[in-house]
Amino acid sequence: MSIELGHFALVLSFALALVQMTVPIVGAKLRNDTLMRVGEPAALTNFMLVALSFTALTFAYVQSDFSVLNVWENSHSAKPLLYKITGTWGNHEGSMLLWVLILVFFGALVAVFGRNLPLSLRANVLGVQGAISCAFIIFILATSNPFARLDPAPMEGRDLNPILQDIGLAVHPPLLYLGYVGFSVAFSFAIAALIEGRLDAAWARWVRPWTLAAWIFLTGGIAMGSYWAYYELGWGGFWFWDPVENASLLPWLGGTALLHSALVMEKRSALKIWTVLLAILTFSLSLLGTFLVRSGVLTSVHAFATDPTRGVFILGILVLFIGGSLALFAWRAGTLTAGGLFQPISREGALVLNNLILTTATATVLIGTLYPLLIEAVTGDKISVGAPFFNLTFGPLILPLLVVVPFGPLLAWKRGDLWAVSQRLFLAFGGGLAVALLVFILVDRTSVLAALGTGLGVWLVLGALTDLVIKSGLGKVAPAVAFGRFKGLPRSVFGTALAHAGIGLTTIGIISVTTLETERITAMQPGETVEIHGYNLRFESLRPFTGPNYTEDQARFVLTRVTGKAMGEVMSAKRFYTARQMPTTEAGIRTIGLSQLYVSLGDQTPNGKIVVRIWWKPMVTLIWLGSLIMMIGGTVSLLDRRLRVGAPMPRGKAAAQGARA
Amino acid sequence: MRRRCLPVSFMVFVLVLLSFQPVSALQPDEVLDDPVLEARARELSAELRCMVCQNQSIDDSDAELARDLRVLVRDRLTAGDTDEEVIEYVVDRYGEFVLLKPRFNYRNALLWGAPFILLSFGGALIFANARHRNTGGGVAGLNAAEQEQLDRILNDRE
Repeated sequence: MSIELGHFALVLSFALALVQMTVPIVGAKLRNDTLMRVGEPAALTNFMLVALSFTALTFAYVQSDFSVLNVWENSHSAKPLLYKITGTWGNHEGSMLLWVLILVFFGALVAVFGRNLPLSLRANVLGVQGAISCAFIIFILATSNPFARLDPAPMEGRDLNPILQDIGLAVHPPLLYLGYVGFSVAFSFAIAALIEGRLDAAWARWVRPWTLAAWIFLTGGIAMGSYWAYYELGWGGFWFWDPVENASLLPWLGGTALLHSALVMEKRSALKIWTVLLAILTFSLSLLGTFLVRSGVLTSVHAFATDPTRGVFILGILVLFIGGSLALFAWRAGTLTAGGLFQPISREGALVLNNLILTTATATVLIGTLYPLLIEAVTGDKISVGAPFFNLTFGPLILPLLVVVPFGPLLAWKRGDLWAVSQRLFLAFGGGLAVALLVFILVDRTSVLAALGTGLGVWLVLGALTDLVIKSGLGKVAPAVAFGRFKGLPRSVFGTALAHAGIGLTTIGIISVTTLETERITAMQPGETVEIHGYNLRFESLRPFTGPNYTEDQARFVLTRVTGKAMGEVMSAKRFYTARQMPTTEAGIRTIGLSQLYVSLGDQTPNGKIVVRIWWKPMVTLIWLGSLIMMIGGTVSLLDRRLRVGAPMPRGKAAAQGARA
Repeated sequence: MRRRCLPVSFMVFVLVLLSFQPVSALQPDEVLDDPVLEARARELSAELRCMVCQNQSIDDSDAELARDLRVLVRDRLTAGDTDEEVIEYVVDRYGEFVLLKPRFNYRNALLWGAPFILLSFGGALIFANARHRNTGGGVAGLNAAEQEQLDRILNDRE
């Protein structure tokens, strides 16, 4: 019964989304306040309806109601409760419903936090949000219905894919979708601005927190997913340049560019038209990602052609929204006036350089991802574009950008002094150089990349700190005064410094693990010992273990330093899920400092030994710690008072803050 | 490899996880005794695609075919082939699909050229735009009348 309720709620929300899409926009056109105000309750009710619908599906999963086709296909009664819940979005239909839930969630947020927006702008933004929800709800109802029943109901479900039975599924998809879909708000703002033909610094100030929030979530989603793949796949790869990964990297790169250009627009009224275009492109890349992944076009053009319903549907949505918004842009962009002027050497100039490189990198990844499809469609030849291509093109584009990052925040607006900034960054540069030399001399004399990459990371971190030191005047004024200034710095300054330091740490992590990793592949039997990077790993025992819905062989290893100091145990296992007859590798990971020892089990050899793979992954945790610091930086920046103009605030408090400002 | 068509979901790494089987790729018995040859074999393996997998190199895959290719690469290297000869040998048998790093040729010119073309095009656009603003649409100095008006306003304030 409840599943039908969920289905009905979704149909109802489709009807309501139609209202939300049309009435407020018409109202804005007619300047009718009553019509414009319809957007708000519509968005809120829509959220409640989709939430109800989603809850109904989750409930069916928790109950293991195998009369629901979707539950039967992806669940099992013996599965732990957490995986029953997360299994809701561990499949196509459920994940699309989660996508829509998050979309209407953002619509509701705009309705709630957008009370300070001009009425017509809010109406148009909610209208565009309504249009997007409309398209995706009908997609679910028409091609991917999760509420279909099965009669007679089977006794037992087919279980969730074992690889997905992990805490990662609870965290990664929701975060990722919050990122992807969050960019829809910036998109809606851009379309609303084009419809109204009005675009000012206040617009950028409204857009920025939404973009920032989406960016934080997407950063978290990508980082979390990368760590999940790292520990789950059994060989410690963290990024594969897989087309589906690229599909998530593209909006991230676009969103990063958008954050920076919106900054120029807010502060200096420049780059207006470009910022609007970027807002459109960023969400378009989210949509494109949805199409690429959902349609099956990535595996082969022919696979797409054999079952084209979903693919064609999403392609339609894609063409409608991307084509429509770009057409609107081409038509209306001329009405938007260009803004402030600046010299090439200035904060604006640095941000333009950032945008140039980031968009080129985005386009490179996009072309690399789509090129095999293009070639197959045009010539029929099948080619591959894999990691070596992206490393050779993306790397040389992004590394120079990282080199110039510390200059950006230190340059003045309008007209900067590059020489003065260079002098201020002298210590940071010296620090980076020193670390590069130390790595070269002490760690590895064969890898120049390791030395330069680590130095680059240190330069980024120290450069970010230099920005804080200079802005608080430390060393120029008395320490007490400097501390006072430090505390008084806008939060966005801390946000910038943290985010830039974070990217520095991630760089160090990526470079050191790709250049300095050591590996041992060997067949072992209990009692044998392997030495790796100054540690001895002794294979103690191998014994069977039975879990709730799997059996596994657990290998116990004892870790000691070469000097003899005991470091405890490492457990690694090969697991076998009975329902799906699928093996998984449960790697044993020991974190030592910032590095990790990674132990994974392979197959039995004919002579009764077992293949053991051991990696020493230097500084690998920095990849994700850096991402975490980027997220913290984004959050700190989001809490900046100046970004909260759109948030409702008690009148007295607002006045008091205004007086202080 | 028992590769199944799973109802994949949209989530990025979920897909990656689903498409890559838990691996036990390179086996100890495949490793060559000569560390220099082995290092070359690893480098070549990372550039060759496992034909039956989704975007996985033969170095990372435990598919039977990937194993055969790894052994083939090592055999060719032991026989004294250069890296290029090994790649040529594999491409002759399996086609260009096997190369994770596409060749530099006319067909792939757009692919390899894209970063340079876009970067220079974008740079030129920005440069032209800046020049245009500085000369044509830029801020002209105040003329005499405007200067006088400004002075008057400033004087009034005092």
